[in-house]
Amino acid sequence: MPKYAMVIDQRRCIGCMACIVACKAENNVPPDQFRTRVLEKTEGQFPNLRTELRSELCNHCDNPPCVYNCPTRASYKRRIDGLVLLDKKRCVGCKACVAACPYDARYIDHNKGFADKCTFCDHRIKEGKEPACVATCIGKSRIFGDLNDPKSPVRLALKGHHAELPLKSAGTEPRVYYIRRFGTE
Amino acid sequence: MPLMSRRSFLKTSGLCTAGAVAATYLPDQFLLWAGEKGLAKTEKITTYCEICFWKCGAIATVVGGRVVKLEGNPLSATAKGKLCGRGNGGIGLLYDPDRLKHPLIRTGKRGEGQFRKASWDEALTQIADKLKKIKEEHGPESLALFTHGSPTEHFMPLLQGFGSNNFAMPSFAQCRGPRVVGYELTYGDDIGSPERLDMANSKVVVLIGSHLGENMHNSQVQEFTDAIGNGAKIIVVDPRFSVAAGKAHHWLPIKPASDMALILAWINIIIREGWYDRDYVAKYTNGFDKLAAAVQQYTPEWAEKETDIPAAQIMATAREMGLHRPAVCIHPGRHVTWDGKDVQRSRAIAILGAILGTWGREGGAYLATKGSFPAVPPPSFPASNRPTLKKGGFPLGGAEGVTNAIREATSIGEPYPIKAWMVTGTNLLAAMPGQKETIEAISKLDLLVVVDLIPSDISLYADVVLPECTYLERHDGLIIGKGRALSASIRQPAVAPMYDSKPAWWIAKELSKKLGLEDYFPWENYEDRLNELCLTYNIDYDELKQKGVISFPDTAKPFITADNQPVFKTKSGKIELYSKELEELGFEPIPTYEKNEEPPQGFYRLLYGRSAVHTFSRTVNNPALNELYKENELWLSSVQARKLGLTDGQYVALQNQEGITSNRVRLKVTERIREDCVYLVHGFGQLSKGLSKAFRRGADDQQMISSYPVDPICGGTGMRCTFVKLVKGA
Repeated sequence: MPKYAMVIDQRRCIGCMACIVACKAENNVPPDQFRTRVLEKTEGQFPNLRTELRSELCNHCDNPPCVYNCPTRASYKRRIDGLVLLDKKRCVGCKACVAACPYDARYIDHNKGFADKCTFCDHRIKEGKEPACVATCIGKSRIFGDLNDPKSPVRLALKGHHAELPLKSAGTEPRVYYIRRFGTE
Repeated sequence: MPLMSRRSFLKTSGLCTAGAVAATYLPDQFLLWAGEKGLAKTEKITTYCEICFWKCGAIATVVGGRVVKLEGNPLSATAKGKLCGRGNGGIGLLYDPDRLKHPLIRTGKRGEGQFRKASWDEALTQIADKLKKIKEEHGPESLALFTHGSPTEHFMPLLQGFGSNNFAMPSFAQCRGPRVVGYELTYGDDIGSPERLDMANSKVVVLIGSHLGENMHNSQVQEFTDAIGNGAKIIVVDPRFSVAAGKAHHWLPIKPASDMALILAWINIIIREGWYDRDYVAKYTNGFDKLAAAVQQYTPEWAEKETDIPAAQIMATAREMGLHRPAVCIHPGRHVTWDGKDVQRSRAIAILGAILGTWGREGGAYLATKGSFPAVPPPSFPASNRPTLKKGGFPLGGAEGVTNAIREATSIGEPYPIKAWMVTGTNLLAAMPGQKETIEAISKLDLLVVVDLIPSDISLYADVVLPECTYLERHDGLIIGKGRALSASIRQPAVAPMYDSKPAWWIAKELSKKLGLEDYFPWENYEDRLNELCLTYNIDYDELKQKGVISFPDTAKPFITADNQPVFKTKSGKIELYSKELEELGFEPIPTYEKNEEPPQGFYRLLYGRSAVHTFSRTVNNPALNELYKENELWLSSVQARKLGLTDGQYVALQNQEGITSNRVRLKVTERIREDCVYLVHGFGQLSKGLSKAFRRGADDQQMISSYPVDPICGGTGMRCTFVKLVKGA
């Protein structure tokens, strides 16, 4: 069984936001709502500065608070590949999942009334393609693949690099890894 | 008929009723049924993008007659299978409700934006009648064309057939002209567009005032990130801590407008320390001794005083380049019209690359493919009685023409009157500095025709506005790529033109009929012409349509080897470190340093640049891109903000030294910029009400640039010499 995950190599992100626009077109995300975003944070004082560009999206957690907090069982973690998904027919738009997610990854679709979020482009994976954001990533900063496959791009990217997990202490066991520094290899 | 997938239909129905209600959510069973019945079909159409000028190969997914997705074409050298944010957002332009929908004829005063709808026949007849009258009274040369990008190919035959050769593109005198001239003087050849940089294999990448990444030149940015990934040393010279600077090993926060001092010091150090490529210099260059003697005065200690960069850092970066030569990529820059001395600065950058032996070397700059398609002879246009004004008085004004020279001639009516302008593919008010001069020149015109997609600011001044359809709705000329291989790319419509908009080729052809110039358009529709071209080029048209790009591998020998020697088309046949040509024209044969003026007390130098999701002023109203960057911000150093008592997010206005005040703009108080300058993203502060999302959002940098030095060699306008102060309470 595959275990899909994403690695964000922040060193290669150039902040072009192609991922955001591609995601919105691919998934018909309503205006002013987003399934992914790129944040910029600068530390230090002129001229000793450091900028971090950070892509954020649903982490498809292995211990997903959104799923536990969904009163209608609309949010679920799919057994076969571990994607955190949503059965829109069951969703009543109560926002419990939006509040529960520590990553601010969900929104209530203001056209349609139900909760929505990144699916890792489940429909594209089925066709053997990468998620839209990964396919268009100019810097090859977003890397997608199966953690159970030792030859997958994510495994290769994680090898030899120190990767960090977002809000690890929250215990959500995210499946999006961040590489911030150069590795030893 | 291909079956459409369930989710494509969902997407389509969602788009069709964008902004509508929950009714768009239909039961899955129904969608399945609809798909099986083939109520909509899915097609993939290849084309190339026009959200900027990089011309990336793209593939449009069309479901039921709607473009739902754009993706990069893997066969395209400029896209490499990926599109940037803007390219992905091309659909936003196609379905922007603010697009120009019908031909318009002005009813109010110029600039007021009062128009009435007209039919194509009426609009074109009016233009043709006016043009005939102008030709009779003032001669055919009194028509000028300002153009950019793909409309050029269609409107040039019209202009030249009419009998005028007065055309100009802002891409020259307001952008990369000085670089073209500087590189041609040095190497006998421009470095091309896309620039022929072998960046992915570079060990050192040097960006001088180039904020690559915010400047989203697709394949080049891909190579830049490859260089970063491969561990190349990145040197970024920028008064602002750009995104690229955030990736750099050496960020040199240079005092604005002192770049020449740094480059000359680098040249001096590299020669003095013997870090240059002796064999390469001996074999391919001339004038080295004169250069070495001339740059001796530019020591790192001297440069420190001019540039604010510590001498040790100048040394260290020069050493980095010297150590890793020739795999050093010194980006020639693209928008290089900074201070009116730009040809010489571009020359200095070219010379630095030459002594490091980078031209024709791996990791430096690769050589152009020698492959080419058979030339198609141009039609014979009538000879002009009067000389073209496109070069102005500038000895190296260039093939693309100097916009400001034609504007000035229009204003003063000398040496002969210019009475009609056609403006295609460029918002002149945002593209050219000196808006007052542009408006004054327009006031002398009997006819201004603007061909555009959106109601841009320049269209407000038009007598007749003609709505061009978007690149997703039309054919255009083939793009011949001369990078690492010879290639041809096609643009073809993904959907039929919306509203009453028309392709540029159709507009030019129909107008030619009314002017009796139809002989210059000897084809029924543009596809016939493309077909014919493909026959000449020996390309299978159907294959091109299907693939989008056809490349001819092995048509290039990118690097110098024993049996692949470079050809320099300079007078001496060598790289001219010392330019005899410039000397003969009365200019410095070797670049020298001349100090630029500094901002007076209380003023800041105005710098401007790009956002990764916008191109010029043409995307600011695009719904897909506007939502990511709605209005520009004014970057101000936190030290200066404290001094002025200003806080982040507050609105201010800019005022230049002539007292021109900008629209209000939000402050971004940041550590990421020097204290002596402020920074804006270009293209905002549009005054056209028709742009509902962009109207009066942010400040217009071009409005502030009301006086500027002009490069005496090529006519380039120096646009980083404007000083502004901040006005509170805006």
